[in-house]
Amino acid sequence: MRVEQIAVFLENKSGRLAEITRILAGNDINIRALSVADTADFGILRLIVDKVDLAKEVLRAGGFTVGKTNVVAVEVPDRSGGLAGVLQAVNAAGLNVEYMYAFVNKSGANAVLIFRFDEMDKAIEVLQQNNFTLLTGEEICAL
Amino acid sequence: MNWNEIETLPRAGLESIQLKRLQALVHRMYERVLPYREKMDQAGVKPADIRTLVDLRKLPFTTKDDLRASYPFGLFATPMDDVIRVHASSGTTGKSTVVGYTKTDIELWASVMARCLTMAGVTRGDMVHNAYGYGLFTGGLGAHYGIEALGATVIPVSGGNSRRQVTIMRDFGSTVLLSTPSYALNLADAMTDVGISPDELRLRVGIHGAEPWSESMREEVERKLGIRAVDIYGLSEIIGPGVAMECLHSEHGMHILEDNFLPEIVDPDTLEPLPYGETGELVFTTLTKEAFPLIRYRTKDISRLFLEPCGCGRTLIRMEKVTGRTDDMLIIRGVNVFPSQVEHVLVGTEGVEPHYQIEVTREGNLDVMAVLVEVSEHIFSDEIKVLEKLSKKIQAEIKDMLGVTCKVKLVEPRSIQRSEGKAQRVIDKRKL
Repeated sequence: MRVEQIAVFLENKSGRLAEITRILAGNDINIRALSVADTADFGILRLIVDKVDLAKEVLRAGGFTVGKTNVVAVEVPDRSGGLAGVLQAVNAAGLNVEYMYAFVNKSGANAVLIFRFDEMDKAIEVLQQNNFTLLTGEEICAL
Repeated sequence: MNWNEIETLPRAGLESIQLKRLQALVHRMYERVLPYREKMDQAGVKPADIRTLVDLRKLPFTTKDDLRASYPFGLFATPMDDVIRVHASSGTTGKSTVVGYTKTDIELWASVMARCLTMAGVTRGDMVHNAYGYGLFTGGLGAHYGIEALGATVIPVSGGNSRRQVTIMRDFGSTVLLSTPSYALNLADAMTDVGISPDELRLRVGIHGAEPWSESMREEVERKLGIRAVDIYGLSEIIGPGVAMECLHSEHGMHILEDNFLPEIVDPDTLEPLPYGETGELVFTTLTKEAFPLIRYRTKDISRLFLEPCGCGRTLIRMEKVTGRTDDMLIIRGVNVFPSQVEHVLVGTEGVEPHYQIEVTREGNLDVMAVLVEVSEHIFSDEIKVLEKLSKKIQAEIKDMLGVTCKVKLVEPRSIQRSEGKAQRVIDKRKL
């Protein structure tokens, strides 16, 4: 129940994000979710896209440093306490969240939480035991 | 002969002293320093061939590579029993340049340094604030012994803790400041921070060296500290501080204490000696040192020599403020840095590409060195902390090797220009 995510190194200079999105658009790749983590000197762009391997290939060809990592996508009802419930279970199991981001799907009924854990297998097990809905990459793209 | 006599001798008198000392030196080197003897043999020159000062040209040069090849003590001309102190500075690949002193050398060093202080008008009555670093670096201790030899009072404050330093300057009534020019500006800022105005100080003159500085920087030091700022030149291979000094009259460079340090200017490409007034590489022969004498040592510093008489009455030749280097050595906050040292660290870090660039800027009064490192897929991670750990590791290793804190900037692959032939490793944005 892992979802493939692409990470791109962003040097701290103008136009880099625009260049990435231009490359993706030019190859008809759709971005489902993204987040940018930044420090004073550099940033990391994380993307969930519909064509992971193609995205990696075209960005690399465009001169970017690209990595592929696994994350977990949890679907929760889009109402207050949705995220809190997940984090409570994660916390109780002693799991560490490296980072997370979220988006709301088109219907507006549910939200999708993307998590990067230090112990992925254990995290998936804990979430499933707690009856959370985990999505696959295909499912995210179909939303 | 006392200093005053030597420093005002007619040229012929000085040159006869130089020749006598040079001949004795060449004999000593030939007898006692095997690597140099081999060089002389290869060049087909014997000590007896040195009959005039012009014959100096027959002698082979000594380079930093020679020093490295004989690391650490291979070029010493006296038994280690006679060596009472060593100093060291950073070398090009991590090996230091090691220099040694006999008791007589230490006294010589103190005397040339005292003569330099005298040129700046320092006397027994002065309170001298010595903010050059004490330790393996020659600056602190070299100046220290000179101040004592002169009979002035030395405050061995060394570098760092600027706020405490300015309080000491005020409370002890320091009249003379010895520091790098950038540290002098740092102290000026510290004075503003703690609310001490230049009027509260008795500071009169600043003696600044160990790093390149411009005329505009001199004006800034003079204005902010309310002092007269003069230039001093030296390098550990030759003795340390005390090789040349600007006097209070001089408008054209620093007097070289050439009864001890014989200067030449050579074309850095052809190595042919150049006439007075022409720009080239500065070369020194140490006429009087015992433990670590050098013949025709190529400093890689670019300068000019002037023979015109000075308003102060000294007949000593003068050298222009160093205007550049013939190699890629950088001076960052007084520390010698070679790009090859940085490369050495990067090559030793797993996954790091050997494409790098060093960017030097001056932020406020401080030199800032940034090392640009390309992020390859081997070292890339989707987690910030992994990349930050990597840049901290590189930073720590460079600090370990050079003693200089740098910034590590991670950049995109292929963003550092690839050039055919010699890569441009250094971008120096300081206005020196």
